[in-house]
Amino acid sequence: MSIQINRQKCVGCGQCMEVCPGTLIEKEQGKAVMRYPRDCWGCASCVKECPVGAIGFFLGADIGGNGSVMTVTKDGQILHWNIHKSNGREVTIDVDRRSSNKY
Amino acid sequence: MSKDFQVRRITTDVLIIGGGTAGCYAALTLSRDTELSIVIAEKAHIKRSGCLAAGVNAINAYITKGHVPQDYVDYAKKDAAGIVREDLLLTAAEHFNEVTADMEQLGLVILKDENGEYVTRGNRNIKINGENFKPILAKAVQAQENVSILNRVNITKLLTKDGTVYGAVGFSLEDEAAYVIEAKAVLVATGGAAGLYKPNNPGFSRHKMWYPPFNTGAGYAMGIQAGAEMTSFEMRFIALRCKDTIAPTGTIAQGVGAKQVNSRGFVYEDKYGLTTSERVYGTVKENQLGNGPCYLQTSGIDKEQEENLLKAYLNMAPSQTLKWIETGELPGEQDVEIEGTEPYIVGGHTASGYWVDTNRETTIHGLYAAGDVAGGCPQKYVTGALAEGELAAKAIEAQLAGNAKVSNEKADQTENDSSKKAVSSSEKIKKYIEVQAGQEIEAYENILSDHKSSFTAEELEEAMQKVMDEYAGGISTHYQYNEKQLKLADEKIDQLLALADQLAAENMHELLFVYELKERLIVCKSLIAHLRGRKETRWHSFNENLDYPETDENYFKYVNSRLVDGKLQIILRDIVKEGSYEHTN
Ligand SMILES: Cc1cc2nc3c(=O)[nH]c(=O)nc-3n(C[C@H](O)[C@H](O)[C@H](O)COP(=O)(O)OP(=O)(O)OC[C@H]3O[C@@H](n4cnc5c(N)ncnc54)[C@H](O)[C@@H]3O)c2cc1C
Ligand code: SF4
Ligand code: SF4
Repeated sequence: MSIQINRQKCVGCGQCMEVCPGTLIEKEQGKAVMRYPRDCWGCASCVKECPVGAIGFFLGADIGGNGSVMTVTKDGQILHWNIHKSNGREVTIDVDRRSSNKY
Repeated sequence: MSKDFQVRRITTDVLIIGGGTAGCYAALTLSRDTELSIVIAEKAHIKRSGCLAAGVNAINAYITKGHVPQDYVDYAKKDAAGIVREDLLLTAAEHFNEVTADMEQLGLVILKDENGEYVTRGNRNIKINGENFKPILAKAVQAQENVSILNRVNITKLLTKDGTVYGAVGFSLEDEAAYVIEAKAVLVATGGAAGLYKPNNPGFSRHKMWYPPFNTGAGYAMGIQAGAEMTSFEMRFIALRCKDTIAPTGTIAQGVGAKQVNSRGFVYEDKYGLTTSERVYGTVKENQLGNGPCYLQTSGIDKEQEENLLKAYLNMAPSQTLKWIETGELPGEQDVEIEGTEPYIVGGHTASGYWVDTNRETTIHGLYAAGDVAGGCPQKYVTGALAEGELAAKAIEAQLAGNAKVSNEKADQTENDSSKKAVSSSEKIKKYIEVQAGQEIEAYENILSDHKSSFTAEELEEAMQKVMDEYAGGISTHYQYNEKQLKLADEKIDQLLALADQLAAENMHELLFVYELKERLIVCKSLIAHLRGRKETRWHSFNENLDYPETDENYFKYVNSRLVDGKLQIILRDIVKEGSYEHTN
């Protein structure tokens, strides 16, 4: 369970560093770097905060991950959770911040 | 250590340690009611720090239509086999609905039916979108003028003298600086403690645990060292969670009515009972009997239910949704495997924490506790943390209004002898506090100084988790232990405490790791003393002593502890009945 940051996409805004509840992300040469990958709680705060969808969320192999990566893009109050599966397929689930959980 | 190590001094009316749920709501209450100056010291950033980082799935503690606060008290009391403080449960429950309404006002989305009534889930829950609960709360706090927020400041020590608190000391994670904060009242709201035991996923995903790995029990450790009384650490909390992702199970169990079944398809939950601890115990037992793995029976739910589950999990535990999609084993086709987590100390779920009076003041004068760090009031959850933040804030307001009155009276008679004495004693206190703060800062400097240590904080953490797992009832021993094992655990934790004193750090983040380890070791030491103090088995799995496998009515008492002259003393206290409770000794 951890995150990977796409250096090409990162614009160095610092928002992921601000929200991480474990202060795990640092800036190096103007870009965000995951300093402590094994310390990630998997809360996805940074993933949701990134304005350019540069942060990918993945499951470690020890908890059943097989290489799929999840990123978030935002459209107002809608969060698009994009899952790039290891077999090349893409799945997107949209969640509206204005609507409640059904359960 | 570089020569630039700075000391920043701050004086305020109220210091709040930990800007999580309870801390933020206390700050909001104080700033709405008064002109007092308020400082929040938060080790991360209040926007997403603490338990609420990923979001919550429901309001677990709400007084639904047709119920009264006393019903809540009765439920929590039964679930904890009587070891609760009814005064704390009742006063929290009386505020659940009011704090919920306030959060809705601030922007929290709550599900309503066509008549505008909240939609309930079971008897005590209401449905929300809790994904942005913390940012909503944080924004409200940031808008208050009299609240100063120190983000990335980790507090390590309470400044106390003769049983009264005067402030706290900490360090910055951003630069080489220490903070000495003096305050008239202090609220500790640092949450509970995770990472004491070897976790479910000890490798790469070691932090994929239920409780935030960044809540390391700092508030407990600081209180223990300052001589505050603690209660019920032995009522550990073990969560029943989705395997690997450690995501909550309540959403599935209550949302789509899934039952707990073993690998033979037998519904075992009825066999062991339905209290929180029995649900865990049943799962452990079924595995021991060779009937594992255990599951929540979701197969057969329809596509709409499935989709709602996928979305609900994105709002609180996104790894579970990723897992479903990644493996292609959707909950409608495949039951969800469940397991018990490693044990945590968390006063929001069980009763572990500071021993407080009805106003949430601890046994140290001027020091209050709210949320997961405060004991006696299990199953208070997110609304309970808010309610306790509010209750503590109100008590602080009353204390400071009282202080102001006394000092005005003193000012009226300046020539009076007693006021001269008061001035000289307050000078003495100031000096004493200065010395204590200096010692703590010196300790930071020593850890940061250029010296060799045989081990790293990470290595000692692993050693601690192994000791707790094997000798103090972790996952690998099915949460069970005996007296001999506890004694060994105690000795081994002592050895690790000694090794921790030699640790070195190269930067402020490593200094944080050293303190987090020390905090956990101090909490482990108290936890072991509490487990040894309750010579019975009151809650299966939570406290399962194989030398005393039955419940013993002589232990229908609180097991409390206090550090006196460097030694932990166990105090068995009588159960507090209705009414309010004041500290007497
Ligand atoms: C994963 C998860 C899911 C949950 N889901 C639900 C739910 O669906 N419904 C529900 O009702 N309840 C839920 N709860 C329970 C509820 O969220 C908590 O009980 C409540 O938020 C606790 O509030 P708190 O203020 O005590 O702790 P927190 O909100 O965790 O705040 C503690 C704060 O203290 C800071 N801190 C710690 N140490 C220091 C230090 N030394 N110096 C400075 N700052 C420090 C931390 O960074 C943190 O910000 C959930 C809890 C968890 C962990
Ligand atoms: S997922 Fe959470 S814990 Fe992990 S890096 Fe992002 S913000 Fe930090
Ligand atoms: S939030 Fe995204 S763009 Fe901003 S610093 Fe982090 S990774 Fe880079």
